Amino acid sequence: MTLDTGVVWLTIFILSVFVGIEVISKVSSTLHTPLMSGANAIHGIILLGAILVTGTTDNDLALVVGLIAIVLASVNMVGGFVVTDRMLQMFTRKKPAIARKDDSTGGPA
Amino acid sequence: MPTWIQLVFLACGVCFILALKGLSGPKTARNGNLLGAAAAVVACAMPFFWTDLHLQHVPLILAAIAVGTVGGVYGARTVQMTQMPQMVALFNGVGGGAAALVALLELHDIVETGGDAPWFTLAATAFTIAVGSISFAGSIVTFAKLQELMTSRPVVFAGLPVIFGGSLVAALVLAVLLVNDPGMWVGILLGLVGLLIGLLLVLPVGGADVPIVISLLNAFTGLTVAAGGYVLSNVLLLVAGTLVGASGTFLTLLMARAMGRSVANILFGALKGGSTLGAGEASDRPVRSVNPEDAAIMLAYADRVIIVPGYGLAVAQAQHSLRELVDVLDARGAQVDYAIHPVAGRMPGHMNVLLAEAQVPYEQLREMDQINGDFKDADVVLVVGANDVVNPAAKSTPGAPIYGMPILNADEARQIIFMKRSMRPGFAGIENELLFDEKTSLLFGDAKDSMGKLLNAVKAL
Repeated sequence: MTLDTGVVWLTIFILSVFVGIEVISKVSSTLHTPLMSGANAIHGIILLGAILVTGTTDNDLALVVGLIAIVLASVNMVGGFVVTDRMLQMFTRKKPAIARKDDSTGGPA
Repeated sequence: MPTWIQLVFLACGVCFILALKGLSGPKTARNGNLLGAAAAVVACAMPFFWTDLHLQHVPLILAAIAVGTVGGVYGARTVQMTQMPQMVALFNGVGGGAAALVALLELHDIVETGGDAPWFTLAATAFTIAVGSISFAGSIVTFAKLQELMTSRPVVFAGLPVIFGGSLVAALVLAVLLVNDPGMWVGILLGLVGLLIGLLLVLPVGGADVPIVISLLNAFTGLTVAAGGYVLSNVLLLVAGTLVGASGTFLTLLMARAMGRSVANILFGALKGGSTLGAGEASDRPVRSVNPEDAAIMLAYADRVIIVPGYGLAVAQAQHSLRELVDVLDARGAQVDYAIHPVAGRMPGHMNVLLAEAQVPYEQLREMDQINGDFKDADVVLVVGANDVVNPAAKSTPGAPIYGMPILNADEARQIIFMKRSMRPGFAGIENELLFDEKTSLLFGDAKDSMGKLLNAVKAL
């Protein structure tokens, strides 16, 4: 029996659907926002696809479009992970409440 | 593709699963996010080590990555925590846009090489172009709504359902055309129609429902990336995109349930005519207003106080004065807690982030289920910048847009103080009966200003 590649792809897709639902099924509502933001950053992996198509084209217009896609995808990926970390940093702060200047840049406390 | 790179991609896929798993628990969330980031960086570095690929334009690619990285980090680090929902929407939108562009480039390759591709690959390409564009345009509109660059109320005009239906049909026809006879113009037209659909999909959604739409568009982008992975024959994109698509859809349903809304109702309620929002004009029924001094006396002699914070608190940047007020009341011997509704703020969990920023001790933040039984013993409930989450219409008025949403039982307390700017209704646009209750006193004014006066008045007692 040989494997039909189409079916292999379908198998990976369907199993990923179940895994995707299963891993977050017990999330508390407190973490909905960071989770959404983290998942948002993960689909920034389209950057990989953008690099692959841009790096293999010989057409000038395609190159320009590809570079735009790379910029957009990097904003999604990098910005997504950084903003999620900023949110989570506030949850994990162990120190008791102390009066200090508002750190709006979210740098390390 | 060399086997070792395929194995690296497999490892990255596993890391994404573990990252999502980590993000759903409070203790593991931060490490989960970092793991996901590390996997993404490793995966994106692979093309540069893949010698058979003969990657061209490397300096330009690296420059583009640098530009995007600087932009992303700048945006992520400078955004105010109150504006974070729209930032997530924006990041999501550009991701969808990137996926649509990648699919267009792949289509260009297919057309150049004679248009020979399996129909399913072409269908996946069409899907990526269309849904990526929907996600891009939809997210930009949600950004504009939350940033208040445009009205947050539903935008509905005559003929909207017809235009919306027409553009869906047009997208389908174009997709079929693309599969039968791949051509660049068909692809570009499909992208433009996708932008139109995204615009029309989000315009009629009311402000309070926008967070759910962000989550839904996030799932859309995930599926777009998955389809793009199929087009590019890249398993990692397929796995990562599907994970986000599936978990994003599930999360959307969870959020909708927390707000007592159905997703179909949110998206199409306004289209069906009869806006999802109520009338929204301020009423002129009599209310009882108090000055800060009287409110201070009520608070200062209470044994049990519950604070209900809302988005208005964060917008006015009054959370620091509020924390000081709570400290003073605490020192006077009162038991004070914050009651956090699951959708307080603009997104589920948003209020926890905002109060954590003001360094409110985590132990004082009580979730709805933990505190709802305590309201009947509370001497005073102080509602700051919140409205819909304490609106008894959710329990008593079957026709109300928020009917069925679990609320905080503030109406059971002995006295209620509302800090409000005006009698304007909350984000859901409906009147709050609790404002007219005889136990309720209203303290009008900007939350920061009133909070400062209240704090001074309590200190003076």
